[in-house]
Amino acid sequence: MANHHTPHPMQHIPDTEKTFVSNLDANDYEVRSLDTICINETVLKHPWWYNLKYLAVGIIFGVVFVKAEIISWFRMQEMFRLQSFHMYGVLGTAVIVGIISVWLIKKFNIKTIHGEAIQFHPKKSNKGQIIGGVIFGLGWGMTGACPGPIFAQIGAGALVVSVVLLSAIAGTWVYGYFREKLPH
Amino acid sequence: MEVVRQPWSWYVAGSVIGLIVPALLILGNKHFGISANFRHACAACFPANIKFFKYDWKKEIWNLFFVAGILVGAFLASQYLANPNDMQIAPALASELEDYGIADTKGLLPSEIFSWESLLSLRGLVLLIGGGFLVGFGTRYAGGCTSGHSIMGLSNLQLPSLIATTSFMAGGFIMANLILPFILKL
Repeated sequence: MANHHTPHPMQHIPDTEKTFVSNLDANDYEVRSLDTICINETVLKHPWWYNLKYLAVGIIFGVVFVKAEIISWFRMQEMFRLQSFHMYGVLGTAVIVGIISVWLIKKFNIKTIHGEAIQFHPKKSNKGQIIGGVIFGLGWGMTGACPGPIFAQIGAGALVVSVVLLSAIAGTWVYGYFREKLPH
Repeated sequence: MEVVRQPWSWYVAGSVIGLIVPALLILGNKHFGISANFRHACAACFPANIKFFKYDWKKEIWNLFFVAGILVGAFLASQYLANPNDMQIAPALASELEDYGIADTKGLLPSEIFSWESLLSLRGLVLLIGGGFLVGFGTRYAGGCTSGHSIMGLSNLQLPSLIATTSFMAGGFIMANLILPFILKL
């Protein structure tokens, strides 16, 4: 499979940097287990346009975000004030459908479309899920948007939300800067 | 077409979002998540020799395609499938917001907060820049957001994700009920 395609960008990275990346994976605590980073590394090398399938899934997600009013600041305020069932219904249904899907994938050992085994990785508990979680929740209550809807609000024409996006990236950067000093 | 233009119900939206979990897994062994893109942006643009941002972000490029899709999908839906009617919001919320000078409840977002002019006011500055900062800082500290923890993590029955989700909601409840009233008065 890999032979027919153009080289993956990874292959152009100098060897020194490759070594660094693998050292980082081994040393940096929780990097692999906590984030979506570096998990489920596929051994298959595909041309860039294979990623368009994720663009297509994203488009469906973006349409749902707008049509079910999940990007609405008002719907979030209603949720946090227990004034509407809508968002609880959305999240609850999504989780139930997700649980059934993951259970079916595990039970029938369903493979990817490229024939790879689907892998799951347990998450480790740490204080970050509570401290960081509350901090995120405070921000969510202000902007009325978790990370997905931030992108959807911009797409839907609220261009000022690009400031929220840049600020969120800055927040992530500051977390990265102080990471070693924060309780985990 | 008329049905599609109306706001979609929670069970339709929830089902489609839930199906994104197996779709990403089956399409390429990808775990549903959004907030990691903030980290990829840092790694790509301002790694600044910080260990946390020194990794091969190009390997995670699928995630950037995924959020680009969200942007495009939201654009398409708002251009071609927009709800022709005003938003229906809870009367209690509408009357409370009116006290804070937020009367534009027609669209998805109140223009009194989500506009460039608002960014010049203290209230808008705190909500948009402060709120965005907390979202970016908090999601990475927690190791995921509503997508990675509340949907993907819970789908895989992960206890840490349940703890994270409870914390997200706690933060949101505290902000909306106890702190936001003071910010909206600014």
